[in-house]
Amino acid sequence: MSEGLTWTVYDADSMTQAEIYGQVLCDLGDQHPEIVGLSADLANSTKIGKFGQKFPERFFNVGIAEQNLFGVAAGLAKSGLTPFVSTMATFVSMRACEQVRTDICYQNLDCKIIATHGGASFGQAGSTHHCTEDLSIMRSFANMTVIVPADGIECANAVKACIDWPGPVYIRIGRGFEPKFYDDEEYGFQIGKAVTLMEGTDITLICCGVTVLQAMEAAKFLKENDGLSVRVLNIHTIKPIDEEAILKAVMDTRRLAVFEEHNVMGGLGSAVADVIAASGKGCAFTKVGIPDCYCEVGYPEDLYTHYKLDADGVIETVRQVMQMDFEEDDDWEDEV
Amino acid sequence: MALSTNEIKDLEQHAWQARQDIIDITGWSGGAHIGGGLSVADILVILYFKYLNVDPKNPQWEDRDRFIMSKGHAGVAYAPVLARKGYFNFDDLQTFNKFKSPFGMHLDCLKVKGVDVSTGSLGHGLSIAVGLALGARLQKKDWYTYCVLGDGECNEGSVWEAAMSASHFKLNNLITFVDRNRLMIDGETEDVMGLEPFADKWKAFGFIVKEVDGHDFNQLSEAIDFAKAEKSGPVVIIANTAKGKGVDFMENEVKWHYGGLDTDLRAQAKASVDKLYGKA
Ligand SMILES: Cc1ncc(C[n+]2csc(CCOP(=O)(O)OP(=O)(O)O)c2C)c(N)n1
Ligand SMILES: [Mg+2]
Repeated sequence: MSEGLTWTVYDADSMTQAEIYGQVLCDLGDQHPEIVGLSADLANSTKIGKFGQKFPERFFNVGIAEQNLFGVAAGLAKSGLTPFVSTMATFVSMRACEQVRTDICYQNLDCKIIATHGGASFGQAGSTHHCTEDLSIMRSFANMTVIVPADGIECANAVKACIDWPGPVYIRIGRGFEPKFYDDEEYGFQIGKAVTLMEGTDITLICCGVTVLQAMEAAKFLKENDGLSVRVLNIHTIKPIDEEAILKAVMDTRRLAVFEEHNVMGGLGSAVADVIAASGKGCAFTKVGIPDCYCEVGYPEDLYTHYKLDADGVIETVRQVMQMDFEEDDDWEDEV
Repeated sequence: MALSTNEIKDLEQHAWQARQDIIDITGWSGGAHIGGGLSVADILVILYFKYLNVDPKNPQWEDRDRFIMSKGHAGVAYAPVLARKGYFNFDDLQTFNKFKSPFGMHLDCLKVKGVDVSTGSLGHGLSIAVGLALGARLQKKDWYTYCVLGDGECNEGSVWEAAMSASHFKLNNLITFVDRNRLMIDGETEDVMGLEPFADKWKAFGFIVKEVDGHDFNQLSEAIDFAKAEKSGPVVIIANTAKGKGVDFMENEVKWHYGGLDTDLRAQAKASVDKLYGKA
């Protein structure tokens, strides 16, 4: 983490995720003259505009032109600066997909992307604004780091940490109406390291983004009502994924369920499944998200309920996974 | 041909209705792109109630004119016009934005009758319009394709890729509008990313340019008649408009790109529209 900065606790009660990162970026801007900001007519909506107000000469609004946005960012990075680029997740990952891959990731450029309105967080806007594919797309770009913060505080941590993390980083947040999860920033955030929120031995819930809060509520309920010992992992970094934490969960709990605001294909669930499959260990496993369809229209809360990503949905899934059979070998070590 | 007095009266009535509807939907949906909805309302009204050869009873009629709302965020204006045209009940729009509604903020051609193309990601519409127009010509169909762009939307490179192809293919069955309200989200178009000399850009891309007052039905009508008659290539109608047109506290205010309206503001907004149409 950068030296010489004393971090205040961001007022997460009154600030949205995006406002917090905007503020963090302003603070970082003082210490890091190499930081430049960019957006595409969404400076205000994404809150990177805060940086723009503080450092007008270091901020570039390219208008509604996302391909140009990431091309320009690549050029700025090649000139020795560190661009932070913010627009809606759907336009980063799909409109400017090739610019992000070829112009930024291929050259492993130091470009940090803060993608807003991810998942179904702008559910009422319809399919063009839903973004349930980005984690899959971004994860498939070599050199790219992919982070999905649980709330504004974690977003602040991610933004600070990515300064010293080489290469391109994709930080995916919501629309700004997500409830806060963390009370302060001191919980040991590290890129690539899962956060164990609750210890348990019967089942592990793996989550990121808005599902973290829901999984925790469900875990507490299941402990009290079903007498289950539930482990909860916040795997905020989808790539590089914390293989150790996943393997340990397989060994310790043998039942895993993943919850994410994304198509069940290609995102966190798939990343976890890759690790499990490669380990050769048997376990009960399920992934919950948008079931390979285009998301319905609606306010995010309704959609989270519909797709079983709220606490009730998590509880329902856990009860199912507890009933699942799986090949269990007496001699665990021999299974590979 | 100039519009008759009765035609104008009729269109004005529809325009008043559209603005009332836009205000209502914005109120009950929790939030919508009202500014750009109000600026494009008159273009929608004249197209749907005078020019478009469509049949609400048979939305997929193959010889219909095609319409693409490339600035898809204006769904709040597009949806009520479709309803009043007879595609579905206006009351269906009570569900706008809500769970499992066919009506998201950006209209979806798989869910809403009368919508030819799903839009909302800016910069897609004109390319699709070029394809439709090419398809009509190849199949010797005489329907027209109409496409409405936002001015901010014209920042997108894809708009100019489409423009280049429209004139290259000499498409005289494609009529493009730009809702030139001079505002986008982050401010005035000329401050965020300058478009001027805008008409010259279109000319340089091979378009014949008509500039009109986008709230004046006579001027709009004259320009559309001209575009339909023009045989040499594509015409773009740059419609100078006011974002938020009709609601005094919204007009030309960047902050009203998107917003919600509580009961008080709704009443205030409607009163302002009534005043504009002499109904107060
Ligand atoms: C590709 C894309 N980028 C960004 C957005 C977000 N967005 C929605 S409306 C808008 C501004 C549009 O301005 P303009 O085209 O002038 O429309 P109007 O003023 O008529 O509302 C933006 C940037 C989008 N919908 N699509
Ligand atoms: Mg505009």
